Amino acid sequence: MTADRLATRFAACKSRSRAALITFVTAGDPTAADTPAILDALVEGGADIIELGMPFTDPMADGPAIELANLRSLGSGTKTKDIFALAAAFRVRHPDIPLVLMGYANTMLARGPDWFADQCKAAGVDGVICVDVPPEEDAEIGPALRAAGIHLIRLATPTTDAARLPAVLNGASGFLYHVAVAGITGKQQAAQAAVEQAVAKLKAATDLPIAVGFGVRSADQAAAIGRVADGVVVGSAIVDIIGSHGNAAAPFVKDFVAALRDALNANSPHFRETAA
Amino acid sequence: MTNTITLPATLANSLRSQPDSSGHFGSFGGRYVAETLMPLILELEKVYKEARQDPAFEAEFAELLRSYVGRPNPLYYAQRLTEALRAEAPAGKGAKIYLKREELNHTGAHKINNCIGQALLARRMGKKKVIAETGAGQHGVATATVAALFGMECKIFMGAKDVERQKPNVFRMKLLGAEVIPVVSGSQTLKDAMNDALRHWVSNVHDTFYIIGTAAGPHPYPELVRDFQSIIGREAREQILELEGRLPDMLIAPVGGGSNAIGLFHPFLDDADVKMIGVEAAGEGLNGKHAASLAGGKSGILHGNRTYLLQDEDGQITEAHSISAGLDYPGIGPEHSWLHEIGRVDYMPITDDEALASFQKLSALEGIIPALESAHAVASAEKVAPTLDADQILIVNLSGRGDKDIFTVASALGVEI
Repeated sequence: MTADRLATRFAACKSRSRAALITFVTAGDPTAADTPAILDALVEGGADIIELGMPFTDPMADGPAIELANLRSLGSGTKTKDIFALAAAFRVRHPDIPLVLMGYANTMLARGPDWFADQCKAAGVDGVICVDVPPEEDAEIGPALRAAGIHLIRLATPTTDAARLPAVLNGASGFLYHVAVAGITGKQQAAQAAVEQAVAKLKAATDLPIAVGFGVRSADQAAAIGRVADGVVVGSAIVDIIGSHGNAAAPFVKDFVAALRDALNANSPHFRETAA
Repeated sequence: MTNTITLPATLANSLRSQPDSSGHFGSFGGRYVAETLMPLILELEKVYKEARQDPAFEAEFAELLRSYVGRPNPLYYAQRLTEALRAEAPAGKGAKIYLKREELNHTGAHKINNCIGQALLARRMGKKKVIAETGAGQHGVATATVAALFGMECKIFMGAKDVERQKPNVFRMKLLGAEVIPVVSGSQTLKDAMNDALRHWVSNVHDTFYIIGTAAGPHPYPELVRDFQSIIGREAREQILELEGRLPDMLIAPVGGGSNAIGLFHPFLDDADVKMIGVEAAGEGLNGKHAASLAGGKSGILHGNRTYLLQDEDGQITEAHSISAGLDYPGIGPEHSWLHEIGRVDYMPITDDEALASFQKLSALEGIIPALESAHAVASAEKVAPTLDADQILIVNLSGRGDKDIFTVASALGVEI
């Protein structure tokens, strides 16, 4: 990889003593034509890292908000080639913002892992989160991504115990995504104490940055998690805004993301100094 | 004629030794689930292995199959069907057709065999809540039945469209004490019910056991469902040896996910002289809407396993169609994908119209109303039997009874009930 945008961004956030803000939207929601403005709104609002969801007909790990976003996107005719076109155009507009594709194995692997990895590389995608390929099935996608210099971002969950964690970490790169609740996206909230305990355990086991997601919906929650984690992932709450405002969502998305970013900044002594 | 002795399943060259230690049947199967579920699936695998070594587990399973399910069910010589087909066949042709009577089981289909086995595993794992997906409601009824039997709390996920179409089974499940949860996402049918069951499971892994209804899903489900359903093939094998003194020439079974078919086939896989046909639902025909994953799909990943799926070039799952709700699913169990790829089993498509004709024919000729799923296998037998010699033997798996289907069939025939 020419420049590791993920590592650079996490290091920059760390030097400012704040967590990275990672925002998720589904590509092509509500249409592929609307996505560029929404991605720009995420960046303008202060997102550090973008997760771009690949829509799938059967998003089993997602709650109603993101499932509906998947169906809106597919309903408006979004194809895999459109998603890579969106990613490539984003890379031109935002050369330094890390972009991570998140989705399900069947759409990622429909034309084979090498094709997918090549497309990611060509479009300037930095990492991939594949929800339904656990370490046990790494051969499906891991080797192709590594060969192309694309990070494979692994998930750790409340059910990932100490015995299993090394298997999850083996082959993980970019960052480690801690799924804060045993469940689906956008539903329950994790107890802050449980998050803190989990992050401490993960930090003891890896040098990778730890990002926490699932059920993070408000600026206050983001700030609380941001005090212990290296990154905070917000998805369903943003996707809900797109669900409500459709093709006019961009300014609302920007305002919401700006509020999240302000909350993370407020954790930072640097921010307090400059604000004072 | 050969009376092959089955190789022990431990031999490497046995077709019965799949899956491998990581749950793969060739390139199919595996464990494609969210990380949250992985520890539970690994534990299930461990518990299942221990249970198979535990004579008490085997004994309790066998006893429930005997006293509660009503096994063994008969292997029945369908003489009138055989003779009717011979009458139209060339001289000396027209195989002897036997029916394996799974429809005589408690709850009216093979589904109960698997549900009993999985409920025993749930109890062994200390889980007091079970969930299941259902299409037409047969697996839902079988799961609700065993939940009642074992005193477990039961939730059944069922597409909202199916809840509307299958009111009698919805009522049965409620009567049995289950909660029926209508699934309003996606196409509101079986695959969406499975999505929501998985969503519920991932959110309740600590106390909930998922009773998957077919030989699909993440490892070890395809293996354990097959093992529980293999009672079908083991009985049929013993019965045909007793009745005819030899093995059959051919086995025919319908395939949706494929649990009744793999249950019949598996004990015969190493008998090279026993041919096998799995019957896929061709719906309106392979050029129209259908549910024939092998004939019309390609390898992909859904619901925890790699297998043949109906999908577009981007890997989006396309909607299946069959008049038989039990076959109306865009995938197939991974062992069938493997048996298809190595050529051990032939898979034949049968359309809605062909199944409807056989539904009526078997009812009129034998006094047995088959499930629409099973009617697909009968239709296949009607095509194949006249090409076989009259001294050849064919076993058709009559996987379920057709009472549940009379409204569907009446409507298709333009009859108002």
